Amino acid sequence: MENKKVIHKHSLAIRWLHWVNFPLLAVMIWSGLLIYYANRVYKLDLGFTTITFFPEWFYDAIGMRRRLAEGMSLHFAFMWLFTINGVIYFLYLIFSKEYKLLFPHRRALKEAWLVLLHDLHIRKGLPPQKKYNAAQRIAYTGVIILGFFMIVTGLAIYKPAQLNWLCATCGGYEAARIEHFVITILFALFFLVHIMQVILAGWKNFSSMITGFETKKIESNDHKRANLEHEKSKE
Amino acid sequence: MTIKEQIWNTKKVRNRTILSFVVFFVMMGLAYCFWKWLYAQPEEHGALKPLRKVLIQNEKIFKPLVSQEHLVKTYPLQKAEKKVRVNGWDGIETPLDANWKLKVVRKTGDTIFITLDDIKKLPKTDIVFDFKCVEGWNQITHWGGVKFSEFAKYYELDNEIQMEYVGMITPDKGYYVGIDMPSAVHPQTILCYEMNGKVLPLNQGYPLRLIIPVKYGVKHIKRIGSIFFSNTKPPDFWAEEGYDYFLGL
Repeated sequence: MENKKVIHKHSLAIRWLHWVNFPLLAVMIWSGLLIYYANRVYKLDLGFTTITFFPEWFYDAIGMRRRLAEGMSLHFAFMWLFTINGVIYFLYLIFSKEYKLLFPHRRALKEAWLVLLHDLHIRKGLPPQKKYNAAQRIAYTGVIILGFFMIVTGLAIYKPAQLNWLCATCGGYEAARIEHFVITILFALFFLVHIMQVILAGWKNFSSMITGFETKKIESNDHKRANLEHEKSKE
Repeated sequence: MTIKEQIWNTKKVRNRTILSFVVFFVMMGLAYCFWKWLYAQPEEHGALKPLRKVLIQNEKIFKPLVSQEHLVKTYPLQKAEKKVRVNGWDGIETPLDANWKLKVVRKTGDTIFITLDDIKKLPKTDIVFDFKCVEGWNQITHWGGVKFSEFAKYYELDNEIQMEYVGMITPDKGYYVGIDMPSAVHPQTILCYEMNGKVLPLNQGYPLRLIIPVKYGVKHIKRIGSIFFSNTKPPDFWAEEGYDYFLGL
């Protein structure tokens, strides 16, 4: 029978936490938009043009007019699941020591630059990497930090009186609201880049987020190892 | 930490792949079914029943945070907005009775009627705070009136404020709120008759409105007609429309 080399990329816990987070984050962003619609005032003035958050066609396209109460009840129910999943994920990273594969290492900034040049087809070849390259390390760690601030700013907006010290730490109520909103936009941008990268990386990479492993052809020294393991199992 | 590598035969690779994908699609399917199930649930006061249950649980979790020591941030007078936003006309659209008196229903069932002049005789408190609307806007505004706790003490409502809730209704019954007692007797909660140092305008709830900085704006009922006390939740205008009942900040 033919053998294959199996590289275990993602543990069962990581895969579950990742795919549980996906619909939860979607519900949080969706209900957040329903809430935001009630006071849709944020604009970004770039000098030559102004970006309105969001244009009216956007609300029409996804049918989200006047659903504040629904948005709030969804947001304040699913916030628990989103937070719990995030906390478990973080604790898992720390206790399984998997953070060593994920958090940026010392050479991260320099290497991330090389990865960027490579991805833009300016430079050939990538620095050697383990599970993630430096750019991925920075992006994935960044998104964990964003998640943390999402919860902190959310709590500051939710209980600005009882947790007024938290609200003050965020720079006040209005600042906390803007931060919460900006983090959402950053999450959405991360999502877009993430999807693009996953598409570019191909099916095997995507599949490994579901199965946990990627397969490779067996090289000559792998054959030796396979034989050894075979011998061992006979003993 | 290193990445584990193994040699598997093709059959094992195929079986594991199929198993993983089956579990994946089943779980995604279940998530979708859960969402459909959620939206198929009956509503309780305008909110889907499971979500209403969570809102009530949230109230239980966050209510103990309400403390007489946790004060809402206040601002210097000059920070107060001169053009105060008007939002919500329910309960103040009918003409105001010229003989308006505040009706207070005591625990025993008897009622007292209090004129605005009598209320004005009580010690006055001014507050400049950041008024927060459930819609998402906020405005620093200046209000004046008597602390609800001092009002209750003066009119000997000591037994009443031992109860769990206070209810307030406009004279035409067009708007009504229910408030948990710890929030009602919070030192920054006032029965308000002044805005920016002047008589409260009609559209801001003349003659008397509630200012309760530890709650969203919808709880700051305008033109209070009557006040009563209860150990069960008094009816609340927006809580019937799917909003959280507690709405504590």
